[in-house]
Amino acid sequence: MRRYSRLAAALELGVVAVLLFLTTASGARPAGSGRVLWTSAERATLRSLSLASLAPLPSDPSNRFADDDAAATLGGRLFFDTRLSSNGKVSCGTCHLPELGFQDGVPLGVGVGTAGRRTMPIAGTAYSPWQFWDGRADSQWSQALGPLESPVEHGGDRVQYAHRIAGDYKREYESVFGKFPDLRGLPAQAGPVEDAVRRASWDRIAPSRREEITRVYANIGKAIAAFERRVRFTPSRFDRYVEAVLARRPETPADSFSADEEAGLRLFIGKASCTNCHNGALLTDDHFHNTGVPAAKGTTPLDSGRTVGARQVARAEFNCTSRYSDAGPADCAELKYAVLEGPELVRAFKTPSLRNAATRAPFMHAGQIATLPAVLSHYNRAPAAPAGTSELKPLRLSERELRQLEAFLKTLVSPLDVPSRDSLP
Amino acid sequence: MTTPRSTPRSSARRTALGLALAAGLAFVGACSMFMRMPAEQEFGRERTSTTGLYRAVIRPDGDSIPVGKLQRWTLHLETAEGAPLDSATVSVDGGMPQHGHGLPTKPAVTASLGNGDHRVDGMKFNMTGWWVVKFRVQSAMGADSVVFNLKL
Repeated sequence: MRRYSRLAAALELGVVAVLLFLTTASGARPAGSGRVLWTSAERATLRSLSLASLAPLPSDPSNRFADDDAAATLGGRLFFDTRLSSNGKVSCGTCHLPELGFQDGVPLGVGVGTAGRRTMPIAGTAYSPWQFWDGRADSQWSQALGPLESPVEHGGDRVQYAHRIAGDYKREYESVFGKFPDLRGLPAQAGPVEDAVRRASWDRIAPSRREEITRVYANIGKAIAAFERRVRFTPSRFDRYVEAVLARRPETPADSFSADEEAGLRLFIGKASCTNCHNGALLTDDHFHNTGVPAAKGTTPLDSGRTVGARQVARAEFNCTSRYSDAGPADCAELKYAVLEGPELVRAFKTPSLRNAATRAPFMHAGQIATLPAVLSHYNRAPAAPAGTSELKPLRLSERELRQLEAFLKTLVSPLDVPSRDSLP
Repeated sequence: MTTPRSTPRSSARRTALGLALAAGLAFVGACSMFMRMPAEQEFGRERTSTTGLYRAVIRPDGDSIPVGKLQRWTLHLETAEGAPLDSATVSVDGGMPQHGHGLPTKPAVTASLGNGDHRVDGMKFNMTGWWVVKFRVQSAMGADSVVFNLKL
């Protein structure tokens, strides 16, 4: 009996020791909550992804009006003015709908015609050295000028737009940019556009006047950019979660994560390798990658992405080194040291920010993938690229893990901070 | 009904298959070895060139090397004997061996600053992990490469 009780006591001790060990070992899992804690390296990664780590809005030396309030107000009005188009029906806001996070939710943008790619959102793009899916513009203002003269987007031209400024915005324009040029004798429409008639009209205008018009056109872009750079992300549930983790304070219901969201975040920064490209506070490396995205239906020839974009930005009419840029030569280092050729550029497209991505179906540069689970499945399978070489490797994640990643991506959603539209028409 | 039995022929085939499998696995192992990060001593900001002609020190702008930011570095070059090397043609290359891609930018040595120092512009790293930066140095002493391993 005594012997038995000794044995029982020893067993009991053993059980207690094992329990104690388990409790200590799962110090990462405080009893009851089932929560996992993060290592210091992981906490550093979480911090780097948090909106609190976002640097102050960078200056844009190529646009000296970027931080001018009056320019931003004018830019906001121009952004939503449908008269800046060939049919009077298309503004920037037609595809960049504020209520949809400044995008349109369709595979290909629809202006006066149908664009070749998916409309990109605007928030946070002031941080990126490259604009468009292929980076063919190197500033927000030069980006804004592309769609305005595209035959399938706004469909208009720079002389038409100069007339519009003269008619409706002259006072606001002059208060920001100085004297507006004399347009007398100019045709209603002309510009270096695809349309042969308007192009021929443009060629007949004296070079000095073409220069004046083009400067007005560049200033339209600079005003729109001054507005766009004020469209900003606000903290998401993810940011509040990271704040709580870093402060080591008990999470309140508002900033807590479900077990799936937490597991998804762990996969995101670990096994799923998402942060290879989706890194930093905006969850993008602002670079170009071939991720084996399938060709868009009915598109020929195949979109070669950065291969063409790099060539275009190097000689773009409105790039950082152009006569219309306010930058000094030392301010254009991104362009100067850009990789402009090579196999890595083939079908490489810009990494989009994952902030609000969960609300931006359909996905990829031409909306080829309809849903978020299908996007995750694409990354999991890592199919071969239709051209060039995909950088992806199969992730071998389970269905459950893919669902956890999806749950995490939904925590990156937050409203945008948008400049007041009160003064808009 | 007969139960299939192992014949000498099928066992030979099995051995061959086993050998092929082992060879395959060894090959895969060798490949991943090749991609594996080098030893701790292979990292650091001071390196000797591949054939020992030069010694080089990189001085990034600041203590840590940031991710996602265009940076200017100073590259210090000297001979194996420690004499500063000002007159040299230097090109820069690099990438991520485990990912199979190069640098996101095309950095260049843009000025000789004297005392063996050279200005390197356009350095950028767009993700964390193991990066390799290679300087090809050509001077009157000959051509050689200095390879830096960085953990970002």
